[in-house]
Amino acid sequence: MQATWTVRGITRAMAPLLVVLAVVEVGSGLVLDTFGAQLLRYPSLLVLVPVMIGTAGNLGSILAARLSTAFHLGTLSFDPADDELAGNAVATVALAATVFPLVGAGAWLLAFLTGGSELFVGTVVAVALVSGLALAVIAIVVTLVSAYAAYRFELDPDDVVIPVVTNVCDVLGVVVLFLVVQVLV
Amino acid sequence: MSVRDVAEQAYREALPVLAISAVGGLFAGLVLGGMRADLRTVSGLLVLVPALLATRGNVYGAMGAKLSTALHQGLVEPKPVPDDRRVYTAVAAAMLNGVAISVFAAGVAYAVLVALARPTASLATLAAIALVAGILSGIALTIIVVAVVFAGYRRGLNPDTLVGPVVTTTGDVFGMAALLVAVRLVVSLGGG
Repeated sequence: MQATWTVRGITRAMAPLLVVLAVVEVGSGLVLDTFGAQLLRYPSLLVLVPVMIGTAGNLGSILAARLSTAFHLGTLSFDPADDELAGNAVATVALAATVFPLVGAGAWLLAFLTGGSELFVGTVVAVALVSGLALAVIAIVVTLVSAYAAYRFELDPDDVVIPVVTNVCDVLGVVVLFLVVQVLV
Repeated sequence: MSVRDVAEQAYREALPVLAISAVGGLFAGLVLGGMRADLRTVSGLLVLVPALLATRGNVYGAMGAKLSTALHQGLVEPKPVPDDRRVYTAVAAAMLNGVAISVFAAGVAYAVLVALARPTASLATLAAIALVAGILSGIALTIIVVAVVFAGYRRGLNPDTLVGPVVTTTGDVFGMAALLVAVRLVVSLGGG
């Protein structure tokens, strides 16, 4: 594919996707707004919002990039017993289990230091961990489905899977956080 | 390789990147946590937050990926100060798209809030905040992404693997800082 190097060409290539993604992101913003009162009352949850969105997207994009490369190298098959597939899935869950409790503790500490932590530290860590593990499972499913779709439709997984997975994880990061907060807080 | 080997290798490779971007995300959260008063003043601002953060990744991530491909192809030379017309075209397109999509997101957010009869600031206020935040974070992200991609390539690093985490982390930090500046500026000029 010949890359375009004019402002008009680049804009024409990007605009449709950007418009769709902006609308989807406003949807996740509405979810945030729905529990806005809770977020404003408990600042540790507000501090948690960007890092949950970002980390979920990163987990998804790392998994997608690794599977894309394995796919290009021909070392990946879509079989649940495939070592490459299973190993990356296990690593994603393990990464979530490592990073999210620290993220929760960090968010609580920052809120505490800036004088606004109303929640018990364990509650914030639990919210981060439970949301994080749920997001890791979602990231695995979304990555596998979009990688398989790219493979079936003969699209380059680098072009398709990474943006789809990153954005889906971004949006679901907010939705999952909302659901977990309703249950745990 | 066994499942265990694959998992261990993937874990070790990804952990530092995730940790660094988590620190960036927590900093963004700290800024957002400090904006509680602004979030109460400007209803509907919270609706814009995910769109403003995510468009950064999409627009400037694509710009970084494009520049990194051009470096690999030898279309663009890795000079300390890029002088290739292509670089400036990619930068101009990213800035234009980034600012335009921010303002568009503000329009969509306003329309949806009005349709749902939820409280919202005026369209002019939300659009002005998105415009200022889009310009400020666009300038910061362009400079950082171009600098990291070019410097990384000169040092023999693969810019492809740098772009994603760099854009996410700087996008979170500068995106939120730009939003804070934009809100304070617009509110002080009489928006709300």
